[in-house]
Amino acid sequence: MSWIDIGHIDEVPLRGARLVKTHIGCIAVFRTAEADVYAATNSCPHNGGPLSEGIVHGQSVTCPLHNWVFDLNTGEAQGADDGRITTYPVRLEDGRILLDDGAITRRSAA
Amino acid sequence: MKQRLVVIGAGMASGRVLEHLTDAAPDAFDITLFNAEPCGNYNRIMLSPVLSGEKTYEEIVTHDDAWYAARGIACRFGEKVEKIDREMKVVEGDNGHVPYDKLVIATGSTPFMIPLPGHDLEGVIAYRDLEDTQRMMGMGPDNKVVVIGGGLLGLEAAAGMAAHGVDVTVVHIMGHLMERQLDEAAGHLLKKSLEDKGIKICLQANSKEVLGEDGKVRALLLDDGTKLPCDLLVMAVGIRPNTALAQEAGLATGRGIHVDDQMLTSDTDVYAVGECVEHDGEVFGLVAPLYDQAKVAAQSLLEEEAAFVQKTLSTKLKVTGCDLFSAGDFADGPGREDIVFRDPSRGVYKRLVIEEDRLVGAVMYGDTADGSWFFGLIKDGTSIEEMRETLIFGPAYQGGDTADPLSAVAALPPEAEICGCNGVCKSEIVEAINAGAGDLGAVRANTKASASCGTCTGLVEQVLQVTLGDAFQLPTAQPICGCTDLKHEDVRRLIKGQELKSQAAVWQELGWKTLDGCHVCRPAINYYLLADWPLEYQDDPQSRFVNERKHANIQKDGTFSVVPRMWGGITTPDELRAIADAADKYDVPTVKVTGGQRIDLLGVKGEDLPAIWSDLNQAGLVSGHAYSKGLRTVKTCVGTDHCRFGTQDSTGLGIKLEKILWGSWTPHKLKLAVSGCPRNCAEATCKDIGVVCVDSGYQISIGGAAGMDVKETELLCQVPTEEEATEVVMAVTQAYREGGKYLDRLYKWLGKVGMDWVKAQVVDDVENRAALVARFELSQSIYRKDPWAEHVKEKAQTYAPIADFTLEAAE
Ligand SMILES: Cc1cc2nc3c(=O)[nH]c(=O)nc-3n(C[C@H](O)[C@H](O)[C@H](O)COP(=O)(O)OP(=O)(O)OC[C@H]3O[C@@H](n4cnc5c(N)ncnc54)[C@H](O)[C@@H]3O)c2cc1C
Ligand code: SF4
Ligand code: FES
Repeated sequence: MSWIDIGHIDEVPLRGARLVKTHIGCIAVFRTAEADVYAATNSCPHNGGPLSEGIVHGQSVTCPLHNWVFDLNTGEAQGADDGRITTYPVRLEDGRILLDDGAITRRSAA
Repeated sequence: MKQRLVVIGAGMASGRVLEHLTDAAPDAFDITLFNAEPCGNYNRIMLSPVLSGEKTYEEIVTHDDAWYAARGIACRFGEKVEKIDREMKVVEGDNGHVPYDKLVIATGSTPFMIPLPGHDLEGVIAYRDLEDTQRMMGMGPDNKVVVIGGGLLGLEAAAGMAAHGVDVTVVHIMGHLMERQLDEAAGHLLKKSLEDKGIKICLQANSKEVLGEDGKVRALLLDDGTKLPCDLLVMAVGIRPNTALAQEAGLATGRGIHVDDQMLTSDTDVYAVGECVEHDGEVFGLVAPLYDQAKVAAQSLLEEEAAFVQKTLSTKLKVTGCDLFSAGDFADGPGREDIVFRDPSRGVYKRLVIEEDRLVGAVMYGDTADGSWFFGLIKDGTSIEEMRETLIFGPAYQGGDTADPLSAVAALPPEAEICGCNGVCKSEIVEAINAGAGDLGAVRANTKASASCGTCTGLVEQVLQVTLGDAFQLPTAQPICGCTDLKHEDVRRLIKGQELKSQAAVWQELGWKTLDGCHVCRPAINYYLLADWPLEYQDDPQSRFVNERKHANIQKDGTFSVVPRMWGGITTPDELRAIADAADKYDVPTVKVTGGQRIDLLGVKGEDLPAIWSDLNQAGLVSGHAYSKGLRTVKTCVGTDHCRFGTQDSTGLGIKLEKILWGSWTPHKLKLAVSGCPRNCAEATCKDIGVVCVDSGYQISIGGAAGMDVKETELLCQVPTEEEATEVVMAVTQAYREGGKYLDRLYKWLGKVGMDWVKAQVVDDVENRAALVARFELSQSIYRKDPWAEHVKEKAQTYAPIADFTLEAAE
């Protein structure tokens, strides 16, 4: 597994997200706590809502369009809604956010 | 002929007499009610929550003008009765005589003021009425206050002021707090909790002298030489029944006015109830027995048989976070046995005092859920022989049940008292429920249970649940969301009352069940905090929906719409050119004229937002807030400038209003319009706030809507000048900001508070209007600015991806 540095954690607002553009679509990097980051697809399985624009709470994000809530650990939609978002391995080293290069390419193969 | 009834004193006891009387026999009496206080009956015991900010005065009024009017009661408020002439059967008020056939004296009591040297200085007060409460509410973090007296009243006063950041010291003469209700151990726990709230407590302290300067209190001197500086000195050391009037009239009095079991005084046409009476050698200081007296007095007046019986009393302290309960007699004594339970880690202490297999006293601190069950055992003298071993664990353990509050309530016997203030027992509530009272409000209306101090609300709800099973829908007002059990109204009140100034403080202090809220509560709390603490709290973009965070409306394809402000719908060729240029430059697919008299650029890419804003800013255009729960537009017609019907400069006023209001956040969106004459071309009467100009001035109406609900506005007032119109609009906006529930449009808020209330606040009370305007201005000193310009300068990079691998791949 090779890790790519995408930026410093302070560039992502606390309880917010930033986008990473890849050749095959956008990945949202969420910061749920001072030193806690998650990565998942930016696109909501319901109707394509931009998840990076959602409200981040606990370890979940709420889609800004119709309020589906996704657990960022598992990608599963919570409550009565049925759906899943793809999540990606992400690491934090000395404040730098590292994304798994393989995940991005794996997605291109899909 | 109707009998003439005169009532002296509109307090809690006489209020109850009048309720019983007018319910049972609406036409029996012509009633005149005197009150020295300039208002009708309010729930005096709730002054403490008003002081701490957890309730407003309006919420504790029990009988308003409409109530008295509906019952034909002639009110003489603010008028003291000077004399009773029993010979002539007349009562002499400040403004004239009133004859009576029957008289009820309910003058309550007077706080006792220790006659220390200096006790008559300005700034030495008691704690008895609204005026005292308001004096204390005037204290803030820069003030020091000393409270003499560590009993119920003194501690509620101290805690209430401490909640506003006041530096409070309590001076108590005894060795522990509330010595009449608590033993030493519970007194110690109470002292600790109060000290945690920042209150200083001096025990065994003897006051010697009140020191002043220029006639104003400056400090309290103790007899050990300690000097406690203060801006206000509150004496809460006890009360004396108010007997002067009765005594002068020659009625039999001792400590209080002597009454028999029918509440009759030594004169067969004169009754007395409340704290002013002495019955069987006892005087009274809590409402529960007064309510019993009131019922008896009403029945006696109607010539029904009834007798007042004294009962054991229980006490609670209305200080958030200090959970204590005391009932019965808990002094040590021969033949008495204690059962004690402690859990230091939770700060819990419980002690039961048993005499001959009967429970005679209970003191609890930290966990008082079982209080009413123990109280029931004390009052009924139930034998506890069988359950002695597990007694201290409460009703849930009797019969091997689990500690489930519902089964505890189910286990309560029918005669168990649920509401201590009003003396309502379980069977009365169950009866009311079986007769159709299906929710808390109905039970309250029918039985009065939980209608006074409210601490038993949870219990009443549990009785509802036990009785109705699944048919019971828990409270109609839902909590904000799953993160809390509190309703919007509660949270708003507590944010102000406990001075919570950050989201973290709200989550911690109000016991949020989640780490940091959710998409439902976060935007609401963010709004409440910024509306209540404009200077202290910083708006949190991460608690806003995308539109407000990005200052643009997200479209269903993920692009945004950009709407620059056009003040009052007026624009210029230069502005139009700038808009056209921007539309070209950023490939805007759709340009639309909106209903709010401006131009919408639809389909702008998220990353382009800072750039297009920057271009528009250059031409002097700013954000139109077309996305916000805040001021949207002020629509205008052409008015006197161009229209032959115009009566006033509607366009000019619209522009002025928009320049004053823009940038402000409100519970939901806020739309205004100004029409130049009643032809109303600007459609002002379906806006949240509408102004219609007429020859003689400006008609301001509010509460319109034209969305899913269509509503015409209701007239608020007509004012002669543009200046006054502007002030009224600002004041209404601020009142809505301060009181509205998040996501309630103005008309919904209006429906809750009522037009009369709004009129009283912003039209009739000119001082209050000015205060609202001042608070609005204060908030606007922060929020009246262009978010686009700010984002262009400080946040532009957040609109772009943090990393872009598509570029790399292209290289
Ligand atoms: C801050 C505070 C907290 C309290 N908390 C609790 C509690 O938690 N639980 C509890 O059980 N009790 C509590 N009490 C006590 C309770 O409020 C009183 O027992 C109750 O209000 C007494 O009722 P009343 O009708 O006898 O007198 P009041 O309510 O005092 O009414 C008497 C009225 O008569 C008027 N009056 C007097 N003289 C005249 C005259 N000559 N002419 C015209 N009007 C006159 C007075 O202005 C007054 O409005 C509290 C009291 C205070 C002050
Ligand atoms: S509302 Fe009256 S003043 Fe305004 S444009 Fe219409 S007719 Fe003219
Ligand atoms: S697109 Fe995400 S919830 Fe509908």
